[in-house]
Amino acid sequence: MKLIYALLAGVVFGIGISLSGMIDPAKVLNFFDVAGTWDPSLAFVMGGALLVTAIGYRLVWRRNAPLFDSRFQVPTFTVIDRRLVGGSAIFGIGWGIAGFCPGAAIPALGTGRWEVALFVVSVIAGIGIRRMVAPSQPLPSPSAG
Amino acid sequence: METVFTPIASFSGGMIIGLAAVLLMLGLGRILGGTGILSGLVFAENASEGLWRGAMVLGMILAPVLIYLVTGAMPQIAVPVSSMMIVIGGIIVGFGASLGSGCPSGHGVCGLSRLSVRSLVAVPVFMLTAGITVFIIRHVIGA
Repeated sequence: MKLIYALLAGVVFGIGISLSGMIDPAKVLNFFDVAGTWDPSLAFVMGGALLVTAIGYRLVWRRNAPLFDSRFQVPTFTVIDRRLVGGSAIFGIGWGIAGFCPGAAIPALGTGRWEVALFVVSVIAGIGIRRMVAPSQPLPSPSAG
Repeated sequence: METVFTPIASFSGGMIIGLAAVLLMLGLGRILGGTGILSGLVFAENASEGLWRGAMVLGMILAPVLIYLVTGAMPQIAVPVSSMMIVIGGIIVGFGASLGSGCPSGHGVCGLSRLSVRSLVAVPVFMLTAGITVFIIRHVIGA
């Protein structure tokens, strides 16, 4: 039951990524290209997502526990460290080069485009390299991201 | 290359992305993040942690296929960069997102909506570096 639920949540997410245009690297890169072929659509994606999540999370947290687990696992770490700032800065550079981010690329795999598979394999390699050269301390927010 | 401004589809799609994040919190009590799910699937610490992420990834991949079955067309994707840039960008994305504990879905949607201090720092940082990178590639180097 838990697995079917997770699968359905994944389908909903993938439909949102597809419909919103986040799935299209050309659109993502144009969002950042204010000086060129600017397409502000992605600001609307963020707006819609934040609206639903900000309200929805608060409704969900009125419960004592999620449906299929004993507790909510929300990161509580609040320290702003070099890993956070440096990692985010590095991530942005990669996002600006490729135009894909992990959350958009996973659903994009379903379109069967080889470029997407190449990107996802590269992301996994990048995560692997990070685990080798900068192993996590007890991870501050293991499931964020 | 120009893309069409799609405020309504993008806002609606964004709301559906938010719905998925809320559903995951309701069912499994977890933050929905692309990097976390990919990392937790490939480098799973135990079978049960890997399993739900695997189911979720499968659902995500099925979504464009379902859209194709319903509408007769796959979601439109244009990749305006070279294979080399995809590989280099992908490695940098994976390294940075896992070092910084998040990407646009985890920090941007889930983190900002719960006003996480770390996400309030992470999001402007990666938006800024992405913007600078695109500017340099397109207008300084002129690729």
